[in-house]
Amino acid sequence: MSALRPFVAQVEAEAYMTLRRGETLLLTVGIPVAFLAFFSTSRVVPTGPGPAVSFFAPGILALAVMSTAMVSLGIATGFERGYGVLKRLGATPLGRPRLLGAKVTTVFFVEVVQAAVLVPVGYALGWQPGRGHPGLAAADALAAAVLATVAFGGIGLLLAGVLRAEVNLAAANGLYLVLLLLGGMVVPLGKLPGPLAAVARALPAAALSDALHASLGLGRAVPAGAWVTLGAWAIGASALAALSFRWE
Amino acid sequence: MIRADDATRHGGRAAPAVECKDLVVRYGTRTAVNGVSFVARRSEVLCILGPNGAGKTSTVECLEGYRRPASGTIRVLGLDPVADHRALAARIGVMLQRGGVYPMLGPARALRLFASYYDDPEDPEALLDLVRLRAVARTPWRHLSGGEQARLSLALALVGRPEVLVLDEPTAGVDPEGRVAVREVIGSLRDRGACVILTTHELAEAERVADRVLMLTAGTIAAEGSPTSLMGAAEAVREMAFGAAPGLDLDELEAAIGAEARVTEVLPGRYRVVVTVRATAASRAGTAGPSPGALAASVATWLAQRGIAFSDLRVGRSLEEAYLDALRAHGEQPQSESAGSEAGSEVAR
Repeated sequence: MSALRPFVAQVEAEAYMTLRRGETLLLTVGIPVAFLAFFSTSRVVPTGPGPAVSFFAPGILALAVMSTAMVSLGIATGFERGYGVLKRLGATPLGRPRLLGAKVTTVFFVEVVQAAVLVPVGYALGWQPGRGHPGLAAADALAAAVLATVAFGGIGLLLAGVLRAEVNLAAANGLYLVLLLLGGMVVPLGKLPGPLAAVARALPAAALSDALHASLGLGRAVPAGAWVTLGAWAIGASALAALSFRWE
Repeated sequence: MIRADDATRHGGRAAPAVECKDLVVRYGTRTAVNGVSFVARRSEVLCILGPNGAGKTSTVECLEGYRRPASGTIRVLGLDPVADHRALAARIGVMLQRGGVYPMLGPARALRLFASYYDDPEDPEALLDLVRLRAVARTPWRHLSGGEQARLSLALALVGRPEVLVLDEPTAGVDPEGRVAVREVIGSLRDRGACVILTTHELAEAERVADRVLMLTAGTIAAEGSPTSLMGAAEAVREMAFGAAPGLDLDELEAAIGAEARVTEVLPGRYRVVVTVRATAASRAGTAGPSPGALAASVATWLAQRGIAFSDLRVGRSLEEAYLDALRAHGEQPQSESAGSEAGSEVAR
């Protein structure tokens, strides 16, 4: 079918470029694996009772989603705009829906690769997922990851759409650090000062790690607040990105 | 790669492929293009020539649908570039002034990717050979030379078998070998019925590839016509240039040539002779005033009688001079860096 052929080729090209960028692999796979191994085996961050990996495995999975959907996608798109690639694609029959669809598909593909690496590493470090219904927990985690991907992707594309490529690079990396620390990924939210924790809870990073900690870590239902926060960011950020995005 | 059915696909040769009427482009309060009108046909190479900032890119970006004109109408293959962008994208080929290709992709991958966007693309392998990039087929774009990048951009513009090709500065920063390749490709596209519109600030390039030249200055058309007609646009003026020792007695030389002669030393040791003939029917036919040979002879004789050695004696106008005259007629100071150094400094006196 001719409508699908450009899409498939675009996904193939995006995946090829994403997996061949060394700095992207470092960000999306290298750093999460290193963090998971380091924090799970050292005791620099106290996580309460139980093996540390039970806290860090879901937290690092949340970090992995953020790295790919916000940082990797945002920086790559920013440079593509800077190099005139998006402008040039605008003069082909590819069209925006297929281009964006290909980018989103590639992000999900990379996330599957990340999970395929991180989950076995977690198990090797002694991770035992919570004792709830495994199918239900997986479905919750997957839904939260998809919502978070849309939210983070929206933030990444929003920055890429309005900032110059180099500024966007700095902004995406800065935001990554802030959300890493305020996202309940490597530092439990309970350890943050009260007001800071309140701010953090309104951010998509903490909502995602909340959801993953509940579903994958504790085997419990995801708190309603996490769904609301993720949903609101998914809608808000992607709408803002769509409205503000410049192709040149 | 050139198919027999291309001619039928392109339809009637006489119908204009591109029509641009009273085009105005504004950026805030600045008017970049101010009332430009032209038509370009199939099997024609139209060159938009002008100094930097003349409005060339703004004009072609309206044809490509990137920019919405402040006023005026544009039809490309009968379609509105903005409103009918989707339909048009499949039928036009675009080469941006810079960039436009994923820095990580090599020519082979980039061509295969772009080929997938079109229903009936050219064979990417054949295009690789056409633009002579076979040897660097797997080299990422960012490691290609400027000339190789330009040739890849050109090949990407061709991959959809475009009926209209819009090339923004296709030879800027391209090595001589690359220029030859670019010119050959443009020529073969025209021969198979495509309409090629290209911008350049280099006169030599326009003179070589264009069927028709549109001289743009400060957003308006200063002159239009074939390179030859533009070069002969002012038949009433005879010109020649020569080099000799600096500081010649110009009044005496003018007197020797004739009353209508005007001689200037444009640079130390570089002289320009302009003989203006009253514009009559006879002068337009080129029969009035001194013939080019007589003009050259009178100057050479005058120099020889005084034992002055001379060199580079040239009679007639180049497209360069026609271009500079057109700019002057519109009150522009030609930019020496974009208009060729010698001619540029000639008018900077």
